[in-house]
Amino acid sequence: MLQNTTSVPDKHGKFGPYGGQFVPETLMPAIEELIQAYDDARNDPAFMAEFDYLLKSYVGRPSPISHAKRLSAALGGAQIYLKREDLNHSGAHKINNALGQALLAKRMGKQRIVAETGAGQHGVGSATACALLGLECIVYMGSVDIARQQPNVYRMKLLGAEVVPVESGSKTLKDAINEAIRDWVTNVDSTHYLLGSVLGPHPYPMMVRDFQSIIGIEAREQLLNEVGRLPDTIIACVGGGSNAMGIFHAFREDEAVDLIGVEAGGEGIASGKHAARFADLAISRIGVLHGTKSYVMQTPDGQIMETHSISAGLDYPSVGPEHALLRDQERAGYTYATDEEALAAFQTLCKTEGIIPALESSHAMAEAIKRAPTMRPDQIILVNLSGRGDKDLDTVMRALAL
Amino acid sequence: MTNTFETKNGRSHIAAAFAQAQETQSAALMPYFTLGFPDRATSLDVVEAIAPYSDLIELGVPFSDPLADGPTIQRSTQIALENGTTTADCLAMVRELRLRGVDKPFLLMGYYNPILAYGIETYVRDAAAAGADGFIVPDLPPEEADEFEQAAQAADLVLIPFLAPTSNPERIATIAPKAQGFIYLVSVAGVTGARSQVQSDLGEFVARVREYARVPLAVGFGIGTPEQAAKVGALADGVIVGSALVSVADKAEAKSEAAGAFVASLQAGLKKG
Repeated sequence: MLQNTTSVPDKHGKFGPYGGQFVPETLMPAIEELIQAYDDARNDPAFMAEFDYLLKSYVGRPSPISHAKRLSAALGGAQIYLKREDLNHSGAHKINNALGQALLAKRMGKQRIVAETGAGQHGVGSATACALLGLECIVYMGSVDIARQQPNVYRMKLLGAEVVPVESGSKTLKDAINEAIRDWVTNVDSTHYLLGSVLGPHPYPMMVRDFQSIIGIEAREQLLNEVGRLPDTIIACVGGGSNAMGIFHAFREDEAVDLIGVEAGGEGIASGKHAARFADLAISRIGVLHGTKSYVMQTPDGQIMETHSISAGLDYPSVGPEHALLRDQERAGYTYATDEEALAAFQTLCKTEGIIPALESSHAMAEAIKRAPTMRPDQIILVNLSGRGDKDLDTVMRALAL
Repeated sequence: MTNTFETKNGRSHIAAAFAQAQETQSAALMPYFTLGFPDRATSLDVVEAIAPYSDLIELGVPFSDPLADGPTIQRSTQIALENGTTTADCLAMVRELRLRGVDKPFLLMGYYNPILAYGIETYVRDAAAAGADGFIVPDLPPEEADEFEQAAQAADLVLIPFLAPTSNPERIATIAPKAQGFIYLVSVAGVTGARSQVQSDLGEFVARVREYARVPLAVGFGIGTPEQAAKVGALADGVIVGSALVSVADKAEAKSEAAGAFVASLQAGLKKG
């Protein structure tokens, strides 16, 4: 079931000073329509039942939690549990939101879906959901990302999606979003924009969070049932921030639970080649990108900066507005892991637990590996293992020169 | 060139330009050009060259992620940024154009993030001091525009609202009566860029807005030839041409001459009689 009992966002889509609806007029009516349609849908038991049924029978939910025993023992501190979103059909948490929005699009009578993708996981999730529901799917993907995530490009094509390479700007996720929005504004009557993270104009940050909140709802119940207590710390990687919001949301009232988001530290903060929006406030300031107000990596003149991460899914210059609010409220803390640390964590998880994690999720693992030894063996760290790493094998092989 | 109208910048300057255009043309002509494209000096020359045939001029302030713009304007702003064009530099160019004697109303068209980075109040104040008349901010709908609008009003400049073919009757009824300066009507759902045809239902859209509007209605997006300008001019009070002009200047060897001739041909399409 979805949860939406929090006080944010307000009816204008504001998360405190963040969020909002900064889009061209042409899109405003479509956004109003979407707000209404989503509100109707989430209050319609039949819609929710269909969504729940697909999550169970098609995605394979609930995804299990795994106790990483060998890793925990090797680190000699807290017990690490993994929320296994990597075991979802199509390989990541992205499918939760893709299915929810595709169902909503169908309900709205929109037969054409456009989506952006960075790592390709959201593109694959969208293509999968569209194949399942019989919708046309166009995925915009930066040409740089296409080169580094080839397996996912093949998957999307096999699933019947059209993958459109984006050559503008930095040729990565932010440019793919620009192109998806340009398509949406041009074909707004027939088309739903299936945005893949807690970004963009209201209602997307709220709606995507709600569709992903199943992660935390399940994990909370699973830990209570299987271990008998809540975790001390929850760790998730943050690109746009949908898997993190998804696992954080159910724990927001559990004040004893530390919520930690891990951004992409790239080649290190000093290098300037990273996507750590909260770590480098010299170049990351409050701004507006892709319809929402949040922290944005930008030049002094307000031009959006190119970011760097070994993981395409974290390579984005802004961050979901609700994360900015959680950070202001000190309800969540944010840190970063470098490319090197993520790669090391990737290998560690492969060897100690027999799990190949996505490079994105490896950032969260890196933080867990840093923290566990500083905690007691009776404490618990819950890591959102947001996706599997099959898509990253080429990148990892090259980086490790294997 | 002599001014028969009030020369104070802002609302009255814009109103006078529409009124004066109506004496000889079916509609006012407002070309768009990107500041800093293909370089600083050339963009100034182009604006100066098109001014005699223009009633108002839209000046593009470059942004790295122009999501309402098609390929032509995207490319021009990208090149302007590569040349090092900044927001502050654009305001300096406005001042320079005024010093060169270009007296047409200037509308600064730019996205919201560079304005936030500059500081809303400072931006509006500096723009007013440089000689600008109003602002077009495509990613700032009325829902988010309170702060900017207050700043603009304090300087007696205007923030131009958009309406689109997708705007429903409620939005038109809310936005149109409050509009100042003029209303920017987007002729077609989409991004900027020349198109082969003018939307067939444009007249109906203009009429729907006209019911509520107390200011002129200018139509933009997809208008690129004198014939299209004439067609739109017969329906609306203003005609906005951007991508086609950028494209003409881009392709020509003698850019300001070509741009001037092109805008003159657009104006000829709008002449009465």
